[in-house]
Amino acid sequence: METGRTLVVLVRDNPGVLTRVAGLFRRRNYNIESLVVGHSETPGVSRMTVVVAGGAPEVDQVAKQLRKLIEVLEVRDVSEGSPLLREMALIRVAADGAQRTEVTELAKLFGAKVIDVSHGSITLEMTGSEMKVDSLVRLVSKFRVIEMVRSGRIAMARDTQERDNTVALSA
Amino acid sequence: MTIAIDKPTTIPAVTQAAPEVKRLTGSRIMCEALKNEGVEIMWGYPGGAIMPFYDALPEYDMHHVLVRHEQAGAHAADGYARATGKVGVCIGTSGPGATNLVTGLATAYMDSAPVVALTGQVARAFIGHDSFQETDIVGITLPVTKHSFLVNSAAELGDVMHEAFHIARSGRPGPVLVDVPKDVMLEEADYTSAVRPEQPPHGGQGDYDRAGALIDRARKPLILAGHGVILAEAYDELRSFAERTGIPVIATLLGLSCIPESHPLYLGWPGMHGPAHINRAIDEADLIVAVGMRFDDRITGKLETWAPNARFVHIDIDPAEINKNVKVDVGIVADAKDGLASLAASSSPADHTEWIETIRSRARPEGPPGDAQGITPYDVLGAIKHGTGGEARLVTDVGQHQMWAARFYGYDKRNSHITSGGLGTMGFALPAAMGVKAAFPGEPVWAVAGDGGIQMNIQELATLAQEGLEIKIAVLNNGYLGMVRQWQQFFHNRNYSETRITGPDYEKLCPAYGLQGRTVTRKEDVQAAVDWAMSTPGSVILDFRIAQEANVYPMIPSGGSVATMIEESEVVG
Repeated sequence: METGRTLVVLVRDNPGVLTRVAGLFRRRNYNIESLVVGHSETPGVSRMTVVVAGGAPEVDQVAKQLRKLIEVLEVRDVSEGSPLLREMALIRVAADGAQRTEVTELAKLFGAKVIDVSHGSITLEMTGSEMKVDSLVRLVSKFRVIEMVRSGRIAMARDTQERDNTVALSA
Repeated sequence: MTIAIDKPTTIPAVTQAAPEVKRLTGSRIMCEALKNEGVEIMWGYPGGAIMPFYDALPEYDMHHVLVRHEQAGAHAADGYARATGKVGVCIGTSGPGATNLVTGLATAYMDSAPVVALTGQVARAFIGHDSFQETDIVGITLPVTKHSFLVNSAAELGDVMHEAFHIARSGRPGPVLVDVPKDVMLEEADYTSAVRPEQPPHGGQGDYDRAGALIDRARKPLILAGHGVILAEAYDELRSFAERTGIPVIATLLGLSCIPESHPLYLGWPGMHGPAHINRAIDEADLIVAVGMRFDDRITGKLETWAPNARFVHIDIDPAEINKNVKVDVGIVADAKDGLASLAASSSPADHTEWIETIRSRARPEGPPGDAQGITPYDVLGAIKHGTGGEARLVTDVGQHQMWAARFYGYDKRNSHITSGGLGTMGFALPAAMGVKAAFPGEPVWAVAGDGGIQMNIQELATLAQEGLEIKIAVLNNGYLGMVRQWQQFFHNRNYSETRITGPDYEKLCPAYGLQGRTVTRKEDVQAAVDWAMSTPGSVILDFRIAQEANVYPMIPSGGSVATMIEESEVVG
């Protein structure tokens, strides 16, 4: 189970909209665990995934305050109903010789890709639930992690309209 | 859980036969839009970056008041907005002109007043270069405005102007800032008027039925009426609802004058300085119907111990206010006018005379102790009420006098009490009174302030003189920053650190501005002084010398409850 509640926030793709959203969190003292912004399916509309610490009542208040921002078009709490949650990580591990094989093996087990190799290091690309990313990070940290970047959570609710098309493969 | 989308749907511009398209400079687009929004008066101060706007302004039939400080301009626009319900407009140039507006915008934001601020900005090519008088006013005002715009081209300017007015007055009103680079004002573009009508939301019928059931069952109900009642002009609906259900009414500080205080169902106001019997009634109530109010901490004190026996029905136009501070049993998102009318229709006639009598029986007579020496605030407020026949609109500042004015005047006239409640802005009264007077030129307008606050925007005396405005100013002068001194007395062992304050001799200061003033030191002269002020043309200051250690009683210390209330009898010497 992932921590925090997940809000999907659709915003107008205007300059300064991220400042407004971030400013709201700061001003109201809401605790955000992660915030990811990118394009949505609609031109001119950006999609944010915000992970907020707190229970449903607190998050309900966050959602209401967000809706008051003029450039916020829609706010959905997608925490319920086993939403599709993903995170991506790039992890560069110090490894050579035998270690390289060991890291590659781990990567394979996790379905992570090797995207860069040098004499002293190997870089993995991992996509999955945060828990899964956490596990991989834990396992490779017996080697030296030189550099790491994690994207933060992105989310999408399951399509309840056409259940048949949804193959619940992942967790 | 999926949260339903309850954003107000965008209402398209009124479709009239082929809207006229005009080719105009940006500065004329600003003026045309103001004109089309029905603006008659604005308060501002010119400067480098806003000069093209001022160049175009004289071509339009709108009155501009040259204030002496932009902060005063924002307060005047705010006062006008609160008095009329229309959008108040203030103007400043870039940089310091814009930053001077900030306190005024924050004041309007906290008290939900519809204000549009127009600021000049340095030309687009200079933005980001730390140019002369450049400041990121959109960034600075983000947390204290409902929305803000930096206009990128003259082509979008007209729509932005109309959108700004729409945002300021729709839903829960608030201030909106439009920052216009100087070269955008000089650029030409097509302009079409796009004034948008408003449509208040309406709560679902199920909510009203559930609320009605709670109301019908209640034995000790109270109505808590806030600023939302005044903003929605729901005076008749509040009265009808109260009279139908027999529920007594408590008004918040900003709700004062939403129902005549002489109405048999009106009880008083609650909170930190509310009369003890009102707070005790809240303590005992089994139902609170809160309308257009936000459970501010000055009303509730410690939330956990406030109204412990009550269930709650809450009507507010802002969905975010429902369950923000107090968890309610029924929350209805609606404008107070609509909400109260529907609530009345969903509840049955009842009689709560016994409950009301119980509350009233615990009331103590208002006013100072009989042995009070010298002029008391009670004398001054009473004299203003008497001298104006209750016709005055009072604009108060912040501090002890504000609490006295709220307690001792007796507001029977609709929307006759205007004050800075949420932000608590000293220096508000005088400039805001200019806005109120502009809205009601034929009515007496009194600014009531302390000797601290009046000095914070005292420069506006020159504006009063230049405009020939008639505002009567009562200064309750105790030689202290009285409210802070009171806290020092109660909570800091009488350590009067930096609260002793001197001021000018107002009787001499007024003539220097071309006005008249009087110092009043004796109780028996108070009424005569008020009568003199009323019969003297132009603006007048009355400097009432009151007791230095006059206090506001009772007082619930910050974060406290009825149990921790300080009453006058407990503080001796």
